[in-house]
Amino acid sequence: MLQKIGVKKIDDLFIDIKPQHKPKSFNLPKGKSEFEVLEYLKSLSAKNSTQLVPFIGGGYYDHYVPAVVSALTSRGEFFTAYTPYQPECSQGTLQSLFEYQSMICAMTDMEVSNASLYEGGTALYEAVMMALRITGRKKVLVDGGVSPIHKKIIHSYTDNLHYEFVETPVIHGQASRAAIKELLNKDIAAVVVQNPNFFGAIDDYTDIVDMAHKCGALVVESVYPISLGILKTPGEMGVDIVTGEGQSLGLALNFGGPYLGFMATKKEFVRKMPGRIVGQTVDTQGRRCYVNTLQAREQHIRREKATSNICTNVALCAIQAVIFMSLVGKQGFKELAGINADKAEYMKQCLAKIKGVEVKRSSPTFNEFTVCLPKDASSVVEVMIKKGFAAGFPLSRYYKGMDNYMIVAVTEKRTKAEIDAYVKALGEILLK
Amino acid sequence: MINKLVPLIFDDSVKGRRGYVNPPSGVDTKAPIPQAYLRKSECNWPEVSELDVVRHFTRLSRMNYSVDTHFYPLGSCTMKYNPRITEKIAQLSGFTDLHPLLPQLKHGEKFAQGALQVLYEMEQLLCEITGFKAFTMQPLAGAHGELSGVMMIAAYHKAKGNNKKNILVPDAAHGTNPATAAIVGYEIVSVKTAPNGELDIEDLKTKVNQDTAGMMMTCPDTHGIFQSQIDQIAEIIHAVDGLMYYDGANLNAILGRCRPGDVGFDVMHINIHKTFSAPHGGGGPGSGPVGVGERLLPFLPISRVVKNTDGDFALNYDYPQSVGYVASFYGNFSVILKAFAYTLLLGGQGLKETSDHAVLNANYVRACLKDRYELPYDRICMHEVVFSASEQVKRGVHTLDIAKFLIDKGFHPPTIYFPMTVKEAIMIEPTETESRQSIDEFIQAMIEADELSKTDPESFHNMPTTMPISRPDDVKAAKDINTCYHC
Repeated sequence: MLQKIGVKKIDDLFIDIKPQHKPKSFNLPKGKSEFEVLEYLKSLSAKNSTQLVPFIGGGYYDHYVPAVVSALTSRGEFFTAYTPYQPECSQGTLQSLFEYQSMICAMTDMEVSNASLYEGGTALYEAVMMALRITGRKKVLVDGGVSPIHKKIIHSYTDNLHYEFVETPVIHGQASRAAIKELLNKDIAAVVVQNPNFFGAIDDYTDIVDMAHKCGALVVESVYPISLGILKTPGEMGVDIVTGEGQSLGLALNFGGPYLGFMATKKEFVRKMPGRIVGQTVDTQGRRCYVNTLQAREQHIRREKATSNICTNVALCAIQAVIFMSLVGKQGFKELAGINADKAEYMKQCLAKIKGVEVKRSSPTFNEFTVCLPKDASSVVEVMIKKGFAAGFPLSRYYKGMDNYMIVAVTEKRTKAEIDAYVKALGEILLK
Repeated sequence: MINKLVPLIFDDSVKGRRGYVNPPSGVDTKAPIPQAYLRKSECNWPEVSELDVVRHFTRLSRMNYSVDTHFYPLGSCTMKYNPRITEKIAQLSGFTDLHPLLPQLKHGEKFAQGALQVLYEMEQLLCEITGFKAFTMQPLAGAHGELSGVMMIAAYHKAKGNNKKNILVPDAAHGTNPATAAIVGYEIVSVKTAPNGELDIEDLKTKVNQDTAGMMMTCPDTHGIFQSQIDQIAEIIHAVDGLMYYDGANLNAILGRCRPGDVGFDVMHINIHKTFSAPHGGGGPGSGPVGVGERLLPFLPISRVVKNTDGDFALNYDYPQSVGYVASFYGNFSVILKAFAYTLLLGGQGLKETSDHAVLNANYVRACLKDRYELPYDRICMHEVVFSASEQVKRGVHTLDIAKFLIDKGFHPPTIYFPMTVKEAIMIEPTETESRQSIDEFIQAMIEADELSKTDPESFHNMPTTMPISRPDDVKAAKDINTCYHC
């Protein structure tokens, strides 16, 4: 090969790297065998406490992932392909993503979905930017019930831009209509809400949508997918842009990623949407087929005028999700959501019987709810861990003055026995 | 590969059919959710059996070309083989089942020591590989790394009271560079390519001024050429207090040969799914850690993983000048984990050899095809080589036609029509994991395409003929928008 190239040695191929460009250091360990690397990483994985019974949610939930999901996505034809730039030899990925988009639309009652964004937080940021683009306005109202993690992302991304964000308060668990009404005017691009909100409360935002639309503002809603098995959909409320964290649709928790940001909207806004979109068309012989469409929105065509800078998304996670949604199916989805809600209700009732524990009941909840303890929640959670439970997420981590509060999540994986044992343990701890 | 259409899964749906059994509720309570909050519409997910699902998606998978099944020389995307052990490691339940909020509990870090150690050690390895002081592992893909990096550049200038408006971007840059800089609020100033394929330094000098916030460069660039005057470019930018951004999409060409942190760059991202071989998943997930030198250290996103004096790992959020959160958690953890395992497997010498062989293979392709296809920059290339089909176009055969010919021959086509500086561009990146035999077969197919362009140029227009579909109607797709089965 060197002879064909016309050089004597491999070093001759690096002549453009001048002596002054050589590394000052490149002191890396020697390579290891497969067995050694596996043993080392097994030892590190064993240093993580995954045996605690999890009641932590915060937007990321311990749902069961059916075996079929990873069995199918571990096919090399899916996971070692790349972005389907050549549709004729990528119909597998493209059709899967079309089906994914269709199921996201069915789940949210929206008209168009893209083929994925990185994760729930960045998807919400993209939705806010999209609303700012559509309206040409510069101010956004963000409800206090939106995930504090996602709010932080929006704030860091927009720090260098001239937009204004105003947070509206949560009253009795839900978005304050009075505050939103007072602040809404012709300068507002969007109202951003979340359902269920970070404190677990569910809501019907139809009235907020009406108020916003009267001012020409859009409504962006972040949703928790599993809840939509039973809860009123963004489409039914008239919401304009829907996003969410799709981790619960067949993805493992994986210490924070990869996850799945989904986004759906109304057809009239499709050309303003970020990310890849798969569209159905026909081939030269009139056969149904799929392509990446509306690419004139994207960075590889539009460069600095693109709707987003996103290139690589999380296609494989979207394929995991579409497999999950196909398996669970229409009836199974309704059931799954119901089981989550019913078990959480059982736990709420049990916890409310413990002396000093107050379960917030001012608004209905889905599978996560806020609990007020008679003492510092962080310390209680720390003691509960010793008893084998990841008991909840203390709100003091993100909210000042909420030291005694925590949010507790229940999924279909939590058994009645686990819930009973948790309640018993908490009761004992609080007695001391 | 199967070459007939697969019905949509919705067409397989039969009322009442189930593919999965939920765990039982086990409690008698019913959640008292008022009617107003409940869904009235049906969620039209399909009703299919487990076997229906398995067969449907297995069949769909067989309509794809992939690295596992086909040579995939997609330039700039680094479609190298992904060692299977990294998949096995990423499936260890000690990692998959770990909740990201666990270390945010009081003293919670002790429950995630293994995962934090992975992030910490990978950061140390990346620092040594690139010559930077620190990395954030948070960015979730290359373009997301760019965004995080340019946000840090903006934060740097803000902190110094600099009022800078522009980011310089070469005309051959990836589209993500100008798109990213624009999103952060900068104006884009494009810099020309010189006749030798490198950046035109004279043009650069006319465009640099006090408004210059920084410059984004890929090196080797998208022509597969290393900027031999990189230190001079860095001096010009630094002279106006601009910062140098290294787009790490092509880092895989220079491992062990050059470190961006040593040659004047201030910040870089690494597409670790490319250089460090995490599978690309049909378009993601990726991972785009960002490294910084001294100047940008205070602005790194939070949280950062630190090692305490007692040897324990912790999350530190206390960096007042940080740009803040760029992702919800600590990055695409399982992608980082795969890249970490890959780096441990190869070691320093192995990494250097990946670059050596990637560059050798690309130059071999260049040498074998340069008499057949126009080489806009006839010089030694790095890990990829860019040709033009300008000669074939004269015979009525375009780059797109050649791509479709290659599909019929069992090769995923190279990247086409990019970089935009080259007309009818064909960008070939063979990667280091392909054998000489498979590269020779590809070269042979490229030669056949050239021959056929002379003898029967018309025949290209029906290609491909061996796939489940022929060429799709892109115009119809964009005009009669149909992105959803039910809508």
